[in-house]
Amino acid sequence: MTSPHIRQPASVQRVMTTVLVALLPGIAAYVWQFGAGILVNLVIATVSALAAEALVLRLRKRPLWVTLSDGSAIVTAWLVALILPSIAPWWLTVAGVLVAIIGAKHLYGGIGQNPFNPAMAAYCAMIVAYPALMSQWPSVDGVDFATQLHLILGGSRGIDGITGATALDTMRTGLHNLGNVQDILTSNTFGYAGGRGWEWIAAGYVVGGVFLLARRIIPWSLPLGFIVGMGVMASVSYLIAPESFPSPLFHFASGGTMLAAFFIVTDPVTCASSPLGKFIFALGVGIITWVIRAFGVYPDGIAFAVLLMNICVPFINRATPLAPAGQRKDRP
Amino acid sequence: MNLKIFTPRGGVHPDSHKTESSETPIRHVPMPPRLIIPLIQGSQGSARTIVTVGDKVLKGQCIGEAEGADGTSIHAPTSGTVTEIGRYPMAHPSGLSSQSIVIEPDGENHWITYEPLDPTTANRDELILRIQASGIVGMGGAVFPSHLKARSKINTLVINGAECEPWMTGDDRLMRERAANIVSGAAVLAHLTGAQQTLIGIEDNKPEAIAATRTAVDDMEPVARECLGTGKMTVIVVPTRYPTGERKQLIHVLTGIEIPPSDRVTKFGIQCFNVATAHAVCRALLHGEPMVSRIVTVTGNVKRPGNYETPLGMPIADLLAFCGVKPNTTHVLMGGPMMGFTLPNLDAPVTKGCNCLIAASKELFPPPPSEQPCIRCGECVDACPVNLQPFELYWASRAKNFDGAKYHRLFDCMECGCCAYVCPAHIPLVDYFRYASSEIRARDEEQKAADQARMRFEFRSSRLEREKAEKSARLAARATETRTKSAADAALIAAAAERVNEQAQIEPSLQDNAAPLYDQQT
Repeated sequence: MTSPHIRQPASVQRVMTTVLVALLPGIAAYVWQFGAGILVNLVIATVSALAAEALVLRLRKRPLWVTLSDGSAIVTAWLVALILPSIAPWWLTVAGVLVAIIGAKHLYGGIGQNPFNPAMAAYCAMIVAYPALMSQWPSVDGVDFATQLHLILGGSRGIDGITGATALDTMRTGLHNLGNVQDILTSNTFGYAGGRGWEWIAAGYVVGGVFLLARRIIPWSLPLGFIVGMGVMASVSYLIAPESFPSPLFHFASGGTMLAAFFIVTDPVTCASSPLGKFIFALGVGIITWVIRAFGVYPDGIAFAVLLMNICVPFINRATPLAPAGQRKDRP
Repeated sequence: MNLKIFTPRGGVHPDSHKTESSETPIRHVPMPPRLIIPLIQGSQGSARTIVTVGDKVLKGQCIGEAEGADGTSIHAPTSGTVTEIGRYPMAHPSGLSSQSIVIEPDGENHWITYEPLDPTTANRDELILRIQASGIVGMGGAVFPSHLKARSKINTLVINGAECEPWMTGDDRLMRERAANIVSGAAVLAHLTGAQQTLIGIEDNKPEAIAATRTAVDDMEPVARECLGTGKMTVIVVPTRYPTGERKQLIHVLTGIEIPPSDRVTKFGIQCFNVATAHAVCRALLHGEPMVSRIVTVTGNVKRPGNYETPLGMPIADLLAFCGVKPNTTHVLMGGPMMGFTLPNLDAPVTKGCNCLIAASKELFPPPPSEQPCIRCGECVDACPVNLQPFELYWASRAKNFDGAKYHRLFDCMECGCCAYVCPAHIPLVDYFRYASSEIRARDEEQKAADQARMRFEFRSSRLEREKAEKSARLAARATETRTKSAADAALIAAAAERVNEQAQIEPSLQDNAAPLYDQQT
């Protein structure tokens, strides 16, 4: 046996479990605001993720239990479920999970080896393949659990009043129709800061994120970089033309900003390695997200922004090596 | 005077397990039936046997003289008879054997006549020679010859009492019980190195040691200042953190100077000695006792854990037996749990670097959980005290991308084990780094050998080429010579023929005789 002969009681399982626990406040807010449909999707995603993981491990002749029990597949599953509409039909969720687990993760060599964020890859694949389904979100009032279950199980759609547009969607369409930000914000879709109902979920994610920061599961450089990147772009544009660009607060509270800040850009596998590199990576995600939101065709650009920055990670790593010890202080 | 504490990056805080062995005074052990003293006891050189089988020796008598400038002497740890000089296993991960002197104690424990050397009157060279002749090497475990370090001229002397490895308490006990000797030794070392200040760094988990050392400094400092002209001595309490006891780490904590892994500490006007080394220097110079024993922490799965003043050469198995090693012991570690190694052979003797023996059981040292894939979580980066990215080194080493490993500064790694300690995927990172560095070294060696072979071949071909050219030049020269010679001959003949012709013209009657003569010539 070789040194060190002692190990800190730490495990990948513990890291992943902490991340799952940190997602709970956001999920609770989701259930509170939009009903229990999301729980059904979480279960569907979890089961299909574990099944997909087991299948691929079997095909790759890898030990099943070590990887299945590490919890990483469940984290991916929950993230996929949370970024897809909670009333999406079950097969959309399953397809998203399969893209994430098989396409984005295992085709690149499994956990730790994937260059692209699996959940974001799933989101991009789904929004390109099923743009209509991906834009149907539950409206904050009046979708009971039975109806949600009906929709999830593949029931007929097109019932007005059940689905609602998201805040980003409403804003984008409104601005496209030459509306003015302040007028658009008077719409029923919006709450105090972002989308009505959604802002509470965002708050839940912030609570979970602070918990992860306190437990030192995630470094501060990633959420900070992301929020600074988006915040600077949104602030400058808002100060120049407040009628055409919504405020940074709106950006923070809408769409997947907070989920991304604490749970997506913080994926250690696909972000840059040094603290400075991490900051630059997250800054890039924040800036590109804002650009896509402001000028792109998709309502939320986080997924594309993350994938684009994932591509840049090797270059960021090259450009931001850690300083060798002893060369950062003045010599006597 | 700078009392500010600096905080280096990284490090870990494992369970200390110090109290198991720290609460009983240093004890003596009974003399074993035989002592095995390897000739190599220092990291830079060996000793040359000066006794033969059958010789009676006294305790402290030199039995092996320092070989060359870097070697250190070895001495009989007790009085007795030299019974054998041969190869015995060493306390080393390789389990290799080395030339050793075997002594059978006579039970008398008779010392040689002490010959102290007064540092106030003896000159510097004498004192340094005495340190070498007393066989003093770094007692923290690295066994670097102390006389080589004492030769340097520096500003700041650091005395290392951090003892950051878990389980180890030998320095703690030594400071509690023999602080005056440590401080005297430190004063001599400060005198030798010309240091203006002496900083004694002790981790804050050893309050008794701190108090004892402070008292000793208060007592000794004015004396040292007056007799040896040494500067201020300060005991500095440093936070408990592994690996603060590594000398460059401790220097960083005490002075704020972060010395690059590739640089020598003396470049920055600093030298560092362990407290036990300072103690040994004091015993050697002020009392005339060469190094014949050391304090070994024996702890872990033993009935009587504690610190033992052990004669050098005592077989580790005998020492463990005396301490009551329990039957469910699975293996024995030498050194601390973070950087120590599993002893391949318990017959190996206690040597000057043997600071701690830990009897391990399944309960105390459970085997690490199975290795999982790296998720690049960055825990290792946070823990690394020398600002490396261990996971990048891991990916490079695993892929046998040795240039990548070098790019990520593999050779800055001191194998402290912090990264592997914190890794949630239980990856034995240090093993990967050891593998990569040994592969790189082997590859460099191979490259060197290949370069040499190529140079030899090129030299040989160029020599052959040269010889060939010389030979052909010689042949050409000879040919030219022959040609000129025959041309000269021909000219002579032609001249002779000319003369004959001329004569023939004068004397036509002779012309008929001339032609056959010319034909014969050609």
